[in-house]
Amino acid sequence: MTTPVLADNPTMPETKAPESQGRLIFRRFLSNKLAVVSVILVLGIIIFATSAIGLGPIPGWWKYGYKDLNPQLNQGAPTLSLWPTWLGGKGFSFGEHPFGQDRIGKDYFAMTMRGIQNSFLVMIVLGVIASVVGVVVGAVAGYYRGTVDAILMRITDVFIVIPALVIGSVVGHWFGGLGALVLAIMLGFFSWMGIARLVRGEFLSLREREFVEAARVAGASDSRIIFKHILPNAIGVVIVSSTLIMASAILLETALSFLGYGIRSPDVSLGLLISSNESAFQTRPWLFWWPGAFIVALALLVNFVGDGLRDAFDPRHQRFSIRKMRESLPEPDEDQT
Amino acid sequence: MASFILRRLLVSVLILIAASFVMYMMVAYSSDPLQALLGSNSPNKLQLIADLSRRLQLDVPPPLRWAMWLGGVAKCVIPFANACDLGSTVSNAQVVDILPTALASTLQLVTIALVVAIFLGVTIGIVTALRQYSGLDNTVTFVSFFLYSLPSFLIAVLLKEFIAIDFNDFLRNPIIPWWVIVAIAVVAGAIWQSLIGGDGRRRLTVFGISGVATGVVLWLMSMTDWFLHPGLGPVVVVIIVVGIVVGTTALIGGLQNRRTLLTAGINGAIAIVAYFALQPLFNISSAGTLFILSLVTLGVGMLSGYLVGGYDRAQNVKVGAITAVATGAFILLDRIMQSWPTYLNDTTGRPIATVGSSTPGLSGDVWVSTLDTFTHLVLPTAALLLISFASYTRYSRAGMLEVLNQDYIRTARAKGMPERTVIVRHAFRNVLIPITTLVAFDVGALLGGAVITEKVFAIPGMGNLFNSGLSRGDLNPVMGYFVIIAAMAIIFNFLADLAYAGLDPRVRVR
Repeated sequence: MTTPVLADNPTMPETKAPESQGRLIFRRFLSNKLAVVSVILVLGIIIFATSAIGLGPIPGWWKYGYKDLNPQLNQGAPTLSLWPTWLGGKGFSFGEHPFGQDRIGKDYFAMTMRGIQNSFLVMIVLGVIASVVGVVVGAVAGYYRGTVDAILMRITDVFIVIPALVIGSVVGHWFGGLGALVLAIMLGFFSWMGIARLVRGEFLSLREREFVEAARVAGASDSRIIFKHILPNAIGVVIVSSTLIMASAILLETALSFLGYGIRSPDVSLGLLISSNESAFQTRPWLFWWPGAFIVALALLVNFVGDGLRDAFDPRHQRFSIRKMRESLPEPDEDQT
Repeated sequence: MASFILRRLLVSVLILIAASFVMYMMVAYSSDPLQALLGSNSPNKLQLIADLSRRLQLDVPPPLRWAMWLGGVAKCVIPFANACDLGSTVSNAQVVDILPTALASTLQLVTIALVVAIFLGVTIGIVTALRQYSGLDNTVTFVSFFLYSLPSFLIAVLLKEFIAIDFNDFLRNPIIPWWVIVAIAVVAGAIWQSLIGGDGRRRLTVFGISGVATGVVLWLMSMTDWFLHPGLGPVVVVIIVVGIVVGTTALIGGLQNRRTLLTAGINGAIAIVAYFALQPLFNISSAGTLFILSLVTLGVGMLSGYLVGGYDRAQNVKVGAITAVATGAFILLDRIMQSWPTYLNDTTGRPIATVGSSTPGLSGDVWVSTLDTFTHLVLPTAALLLISFASYTRYSRAGMLEVLNQDYIRTARAKGMPERTVIVRHAFRNVLIPITTLVAFDVGALLGGAVITEKVFAIPGMGNLFNSGLSRGDLNPVMGYFVIIAAMAIIFNFLADLAYAGLDPRVRVR
């Protein structure tokens, strides 16, 4: 927040340059500790999972692959130990199979990491495709209004009538066998409706503003007005809702895999792991806990990030904090740059 | 008004038809109903394939088949003709015949989940908004975030594996360990002190009283084998009735409003008399009797409110209805609990079911069958409603906070109105406006979620119909499912629009 600077104030020799909108939002986001920690944790989980089992042909640092069959050790019980030695534990060590083994001896750590990788892939691809399609449809509908708007919005209505899980199942049934990437792309093409409606609403109000009028008078083309003038002003809505779509994408993918319409064996999904080990719950509970914990952790963290972004982009949503009020009152001169 | 309804319905039906086309094409092109037959090695395989192809008209291209299917669906609209034709399944059953039983089971599940989620979610959302940034508020906010991120299949499996099996094990020897009693008492005390608020000393008192009370009640329940022979008993029923009378009056009219108190009191007295008088009738009741009784209860409540009247007759009618229905519900609850030992005996001591929607071959009166439905539905409903519950909590909390910042709330307070009136009369109604929109969306989500819950708990409902149909490539049951859920989504959207117009005088239906 810039403070008003009195021009003839002798105690203020240097004037502060006004902050750009982007920096302001970024700083507001950084002030939300929970969201920042969530970003770091999500990135940490992704990097850990990817480096553990590698990406495509590049091998990771973990010794077992997610498809390898290994001999059963100790009924496949997990060997991960986090309890430090001075508390009577065995110290921090991974052991042979940190997350245990499944019924046929596959290393569960590698499988869980592969599941995280796939969840993340689906989340990003689905989020990006849904956002791009949604932004284009919403922008065109909101900018041109009239017949174009009516047609596009009726198409949106047609797709929004079908619940996400139902259309997801059908799409997954069709494309699920072709791998996680294809599945994510196709799911993305059926998840854009919410963003399209939001973006259209933003465009309908923004297109009446003076700066659009000015751009049009200056001879800017429609596409230039849409993408260079209006879209940057609507970017907050897009970023926030695409983050929230990503959080629900994780849940959608795992739910579809649980039903058998998502990622298929021998590839691994966190939902698939839970569904195929549901019956072993009483004997080998770890087969259930690890994937469950990572689904919840990923979705929860991404939701926190989305919430933090919403607060950063929309000052009305910002939480009132007495501490911040006190900090900002006595020292208007403090500079955080 | 009529033209608005007609226009909305027309647009909705067109959207429904277009959506059904999309769905039909996607399912038709993605799956092959002959798959199972192609893999079989029965001697008349070719014959079977030809039969099935002819019956399902697989040689007709999908767009044309869709048009024929739509023609069959259109016949459903003709009243009393009974000409509905939704096609047949691969195993040669008419979809029209299998749909109603599946629909009944799912509707039960989804309706209960929806009502409970709205009631709990809105209540908790508003309470946390009134106690913003308290410990309770932060906890609820975190819990709702957590529930948002919890996939429903995970909840369902956890409930099935933990709650059901552990509760059944617990019933074998229903003694609550002392540390569980202490933990629950502390949690209850913490919640109450956060709710009541006030300065430190008052909070401590509230914490102590509510914690000890909870602990003592739990200890008594544990000592007296309450879980094997539950029931409220006359004393507890009277206490609860008095509590409802005072609570409803305090919430809606204020205790100094004598006429409201009178209305609630009349209904409370009737309830206590009815509790003793109706027990013989309950023993021979059927579902029909209970339905009539509940209508009578509602009628008596409203009538008493109307007769007491006063300057605010509408409010008295409302108070009368709420008191009558709430007290009646507890009397029924008491009677249902009395059947618990019988039911426990019928299910060999493991009442909470994890599979199906009713115990096969169970025979009993209306109370036992109600219990049976309850024990089968309680876990799937819980699994289904948690996510909706989270969103209702968050939306109603945000809505309440926004409304409380409005000028008219300040005006109402400045006029000297008691805080209760400001919240219940001025703010609450406006909180309901965004909630209505959410309900319409939520019904679709719940119906989608039912697919997963029904799979985990093996309930033969609509979700199961869809799921098994889709995995076999069986087009017609999938489309039957789709018609029902899309129609429900449209109906609920439509109802939301009407409710909008009723709640918000600025919205005028044209």
